[in-house]
Parts: sequence; structure tokens; C-alpha cells
Amino acid sequence: MKLNRRRFLKYAAASSAVATAGALFPGVSFGNWQNLTNNSGIISWQKAPCRFCGTGCGVLVGVSDGRAVAVKGDPNCSVNKGLCCMKGYHSVQMLYGKDRITTAKVRKNGEMVEVPIKEALDLIAEKLQETKDKHGKDSVAIYGSGQWTIPDGYVASKLFKGCLGTNNVEANARLCMASAVTGFMTSFGIDEPMGCYEDMDHANVFITWGNNMAEMHPVLFSRMLANRKRRTNVTVIDFATRSTRTSQAADKSILFKPQTDLAVANAICYEIIKNDWVNWNFVNEHVSFHKGKTNIGYGTEDHFAFKDKAESINFEEYKLFLEDYTPEKVEKISGVSARDIKYMAALYGDPSLKVTSFWCMGMNQHTRGTWINNLVYNIHLLVGKISTPGNSPFSLTGQPSACGTVREVGTLTHKLPHGVVMKEPHREMAAEIWDVPVSNIDPKPTYHTVEMFRALDRGDIKFIWIQVTNPMVTMPNLRRYRDGALKDDRFVVVSDVYPTPTTDVADVILPAALWVEQEGMFGNSERRTQHFAEIVKPPGEAMSDTWQIIEVAKRLGFEKQFPWTQDDYIGKIWEEYRKFHAGPKHEMASYEVLKKRSGVQWPFVDGKETRWRFNAKHDPACTNGKDFDFYGKKDHKAWIWARPYEPAAESPDSEYNFWLNTGRVIEHWHTGSMTRRIPVLHNAVPSSYVELNPEDAAELGIVNGEMVKIISRRGEITIPAQIKGRGVPPRGMVFVPFFDESYLVNEVTLDAFCPISKQPDYKKCAVRLEKA
Amino acid sequence: MPIFSYLAMPKSGAKEALCADLAALSHCEVIPSDNQEIVVLVTDTPDETTEDKLQKSLNNLQSLQSLSLAFGYDDQEKQGR
Ligand code: SF4
Repeated sequence: MKLNRRRFLKYAAASSAVATAGALFPGVSFGNWQNLTNNSGIISWQKAPCRFCGTGCGVLVGVSDGRAVAVKGDPNCSVNKGLCCMKGYHSVQMLYGKDRITTAKVRKNGEMVEVPIKEALDLIAEKLQETKDKHGKDSVAIYGSGQWTIPDGYVASKLFKGCLGTNNVEANARLCMASAVTGFMTSFGIDEPMGCYEDMDHANVFITWGNNMAEMHPVLFSRMLANRKRRTNVTVIDFATRSTRTSQAADKSILFKPQTDLAVANAICYEIIKNDWVNWNFVNEHVSFHKGKTNIGYGTEDHFAFKDKAESINFEEYKLFLEDYTPEKVEKISGVSARDIKYMAALYGDPSLKVTSFWCMGMNQHTRGTWINNLVYNIHLLVGKISTPGNSPFSLTGQPSACGTVREVGTLTHKLPHGVVMKEPHREMAAEIWDVPVSNIDPKPTYHTVEMFRALDRGDIKFIWIQVTNPMVTMPNLRRYRDGALKDDRFVVVSDVYPTPTTDVADVILPAALWVEQEGMFGNSERRTQHFAEIVKPPGEAMSDTWQIIEVAKRLGFEKQFPWTQDDYIGKIWEEYRKFHAGPKHEMASYEVLKKRSGVQWPFVDGKETRWRFNAKHDPACTNGKDFDFYGKKDHKAWIWARPYEPAAESPDSEYNFWLNTGRVIEHWHTGSMTRRIPVLHNAVPSSYVELNPEDAAELGIVNGEMVKIISRRGEITIPAQIKGRGVPPRGMVFVPFFDESYLVNEVTLDAFCPISKQPDYKKCAVRLEKA
Repeated sequence: MPIFSYLAMPKSGAKEALCADLAALSHCEVIPSDNQEIVVLVTDTPDETTEDKLQKSLNNLQSLQSLSLAFGYDDQEKQGR
């Protein structure tokens, strides 16, 4: 039996690779390879989206004896066509770590004690009600995740916004995608990319803006490189603040000083106009020009408030604004040579080239994140390279359902599944679908994520339920928020799968089902909704986060709004939720369709997915009779914004003389709570480190592996040095991956954020170094 | 223990050399394409130490341009249940 099974697995491995090759290299043949038919049936395979990033690769999970044992890429999924990265292939092992949380725990006399899950759920409902009665509805909060399934986020929003009447609903996607959202909303009036991954098969030029795709979106990066190999006229430019694996693979690597991408983007626009590379037909028909407020602050103080105000300007005023951004002037600010700026402008400006720009955290985790998103759209709009195959400004997502759950369901303080709490028709729609009085839904947003944890520290929030995320590792300026969570009269509930620094501060821990231990849906970066079934049983008393919320809602007396049973709740929730998106701009596929396919892109209208939005040839929501219709804005135009360069919240000075940049590595997912329990991934990068420039290291007398103290105005960590590793920062910058809870780099980072998106900047603060 | 499959891309013109190099390594099976410069590699190692050694050998192959994983399987015993 063992031998048969092994032989079968090798067959499966080979057939998977052959299928992948077939998808990537049309016409490829493996003459010696016999097709596998009548396999032994020892393993059954079921589809799911990968759990580990926003790319949304389709995988097939192999199950044997009730246990998930293997993963292969799903050749039917157009995202990855059978390929996966190392995280994806090893992902099933995350289910089986030794210290998996399988029972509920409650803090009694300072100790965490195991209790039946029913008792823990009773206590949560009781505490929630008691806190609300005593301190008001806005003293209770839920903090979720871009790794929440769509049903998780939907029931959280329905319970807190619809039933309890508080807008204290936030998710960690505020820390990763909020600037992308406000970028879309301000430029197009509607969220999420106009293009899709298929753009990669058409583009001639790829420019990665502060985006180490080789490690963060490896399957997409492979697809980009496969295109370069297959077609003769493909160029990849890496535009970044440090050298990475992406820079090594690119045809050209251009480094800029932190924050100065704002100036460079404006300089590219300056050059496009100066050389008359503007696509006037497009601009005259489809673009309007605007400016907003300037000197907008950084949000480092409690209760910081900001509201932008758009003013129309004309093209001449915009052109005048760009006079400050000649390539020569910008060279001095950015460190990018005028020649390189002109080179990039020429690529965007050449009408014979199709250009795709990719970005992710580099542009979003930025105190001017909304602005830099606007500025890259400006470039594409000036030359009309948008919404057509290969011409794509493309904001990638980090988490598997940052789009699906946070942006589409609207699990942010100001959002509803359709629209925003501030607008009456949107509240009315939600109240009707949720079957609650419209007066329940508060028209005022409360706290965005940083302010929510500040409110917890101040005591304005006293009860918080945290699901599927680990804020006690990821919050910037972490010490304040950890101390806040530990204060005496705070009640913290954490639903998770493994012990983390966040479960350490909990009063109740709920054991959660993980990934394919529950049914659910994710939504990836390219508007693709991906359904997965419960493929294996959750361990012990673990239950889905959705069902945990439903159990508490029922205990609070909301049976009418949460009438479902455990047998059918996901399908019923989906069909209720999709009512919010009815219509050609956002129509979602039915539950039955989602179950059958390896992901479906919305708008899904008359059985057809929409690949390129705003393009009348592809998008059924276009109604203006022209070739493009930017229908998100009332003027049916895309907006070009005059947004200036403004410096970072904190820059190196004589006392704190280095930039600190933080991020991820390919092997680990976020805070490592899952990937560090996967032996192959853990062994590949067992602990975090600080990347130093070799010359800085030599000056400080630090060699590889020696301990370095990183000190900021907020805290310090001591961490081993890595010199000439996979990434090399320029002089005056260090980089620390945040996956390792033994080195809490966020005790050092700054909680400054973009005043429009409220997304913190994890890429820039000032530190000094000491040899430890 | 671990079974993996990969798409292996040879350096330009080095497909024959890559097939020979891979076939010479223990725990490797090679399926070359007959019409394109691609090779499918299936590895089956008995334990983690052997897997680590094999990974190092693969990284050192002069004829190899890149390896992309296509399938991964790891036995449950060592995953901690
Ligand atoms: S690229 Fe992302 S979605 Fe694809 S396999 Fe890797 S981690 Fe999973």
C-alpha cells in the first residue's frame, strides 16, 4: 500500500508539472510521458484558492485518510495555470502544527484555562452586552482581516454595524490596501483594478513601483519572466528603494530615495507633456484635472482628522504645477538621474509599447499613499494606456481576500457592503437586506485601525474581538498598543489557530478553523472570487470565524438576522450578500457557479466575466456610447490629480541617521504564525535579521550574523545582521522582515499614516544603529 | 518523505547537459520535452537532510537557469501530529 501510494504521488507530481508546462508553453510535448488515467484513488483532489497571498493561485488539495497531504497547482485556474510558489506547495502543513489551538480558553485569576467552547461563547456574548450597556455602543469593536473569508467579514459587519449599531469594524487590510482603495476612489470613483493578470501576456514593458514581486508575488513574477522569455520585445524595470531579487531579474534597476517616488512620477508626467506624448484624443474625451489640499499632516497625534477637498483645474494649470518637477530638479530630490527619468517617461510615452505598472506595499504603506496611487494613474491616463490588454496600472494585493472581504464586503469603519455609512440610500439598502431598522446604522464612521487601537489604549473602546490577524506583532509603534490592550478593564477576545503575541493579551481565545477546514470564499487582486469547500475537518472544537460570530449573534438575540444552520450557512450568506452588488458594475456569480469554477471575475454579467473595466468592448456597465466610460465618477471621466512631493513623517537626521524599511520574505506569510510551523519554510529562513549595506556595515564594524541594536524614538530591538543577502539596501537604509515574533520590529516603527487612507507607513522612519 | 516536481529551464543550448546533470543526481527522475527547452524534474527524497543536500546540488548546477515548483508533497509524520 505504502509503495503504491508513493508511486501514485510521483505520478501525480509528474503529471502536475507536465500540465503546468502545457499551460505555460503552448504546444510543448513530453513524448515519453503517458497520460495518467485510472489513478489509484488513494488521494482525492479538491480545488481551493491558496491561503497565502493576494495573487489567488488556484490549488488542488490532496486528501488521504481525512488528512490534507499534498498540493498541486490547479491547471484550470487562469491565475497560475498549474504553477505555485513554495508557500503554496507546502501550505497544507500549516494545518498540522503541534501547538494548534483546538479548545477555547478563558482567563481566570490571571491564568488561561481550557473551557468548552460553548462556555467561551456565552462569556463573549455576556461581556459584549455588558460593555455596550455600560459604556455605549461604540465601546465594543471587532478587528478582522484580509484573510477573513468573505462570509466571515459579512457576518461581522452585519452584527456590528447592522445589529449593534456601531461602526467599530476594521480589518488589517487598512494596514495594507487602504491607500489603493482611496487611490481608486479619488481617480476613478470606484474601487479595484480595471485590468487583470492577462495584461501580462500583452504588455511590452513592466515597471514595478517599490514592489519586490519576485518574493511577494512569485507566481505572477514567473509569468512575467516567462513572457519575456517567450516574446522578444519585453522589458522589466524595477523602480525601488533597495536592491532585491526583483532588481536582479529585471532588465534595469533604478533606485530612488524613500518618499521621492512622488516627485519622480510627476517628472515622468512633465516629460510626457514636454515631448507631446500625450494621447490627446483620450485625454480630451475621458480625463478631467483636479487638485486637493496640501501640507496634509501625518496623523501621529490622537484624534487627528483630515478631509480633502477637490478643486477642478484646467490642463494649463496642471502643466504649470509640473514645472517644479523637471527631471533635473527631481534628480536632486530623488537620486534618480534625469536620464533614467527620461528613459521611463519615454517607455510610457512610446505609443507602440504597452505598459503595465505593478505596485503593492511600497506605494500603499506611504504617508502620501493616496497621492502616489493617483500619480501613477496620472501617467497612464496622460498617454491613454489603461483598460486595454497590456496597458494596465495594476495595484496588487498582499492578502488572499483583502479585496474580497475588506474592500468588497466593506469591513472598514466608513463602509457598507454597498457604499458608505455616510450616505442614506446605502444605509437604507443595508437595513433592508439585513432586516434591521435603518436607524440602527450610524451615519458617522468611528475609528480607523490605528485610531481604534489608540481608543483601546485610552479606554474609549473596552471590548475588542480580534479574528484572523496578529496586531500585537503588526501594529506600528507597537508598545503603546500592547500596553493598551493589557490595561485592567479591557476585554480582548482572540480567534486564532496558533498561539501568538496577540493570544498572549487575550481574555478569551477561540479555536478557529483554518483555510480548507471550513467552506468559504476569498477575493483576489484581479476581482476574482474563489470558493472553497470544507475539505478536511477542523481539529477539536475549532469552528469557522463566521460561525463563531453567528453563535454570539444568536446569544445576543439576533436569531432573525442570523437564521442559518451549520449545514447551509455559507451558501445562504453568499446569496444574501450578493444582493448588495446586483447590477452590471459589480454583479457577482451565484453560489452554484462559484462552487463549480476555479474562480470567477466580477462584474459577472449574463454568464460572462469582465476582464477590462471601463472599456466598452469588454465592460457591460459602459453606457456613454464612447470607447471608454469611467462611470465611477459623476462626470464619467477619470481624474488626473496635481499632487506635490511632500517629505516623509520622519526622515534621518544627525541623531537617527538611517532609514528603517520593513517587509516580507518569500518563505514567510506575514507574522509567520503559520509558515514558521511549516518545517521546510521555517528551516529556509528560521529567524529575522537586519539587512545592511556592506559599506555601512564595514564602517560600523559589523560582520554577517553579528548582533545590531536598532534604536528609534519609540523603541529598540537587537537583531542579527545580514550583509549581501538576498536584498541589499543602499547606504543609509536598513531593512527588517517582520515575520519573526522574537524580533518585534514594530516596536521601532512609527504610527504615521496617509491622512486620506489612514494607512500607516511601514517603509520609512528614522533609526540609529549600534553594534550590540 | 518529500516528493516534488519542477519545471527546469536549461541555460541557452544546455538542455542535453541539464538532462545529464539531473540524471546523475540521486533521487531525481527526468522527463525532457521533445520539442521545447524544458525539462520536468521529479524528486523523491527519504528525509529532510537528503532533501537539503539535493537542493544544494540543484542550486549548483551550471546547466540550470531556473527551477519552478509544480507539485509538493510531504509525509505527515514529521509535521508534528
Ligand atoms: S504566489 Fe501567493 S497565492 Fe500563489 S502559491 Fe504563492 S503564496 Fe500562494
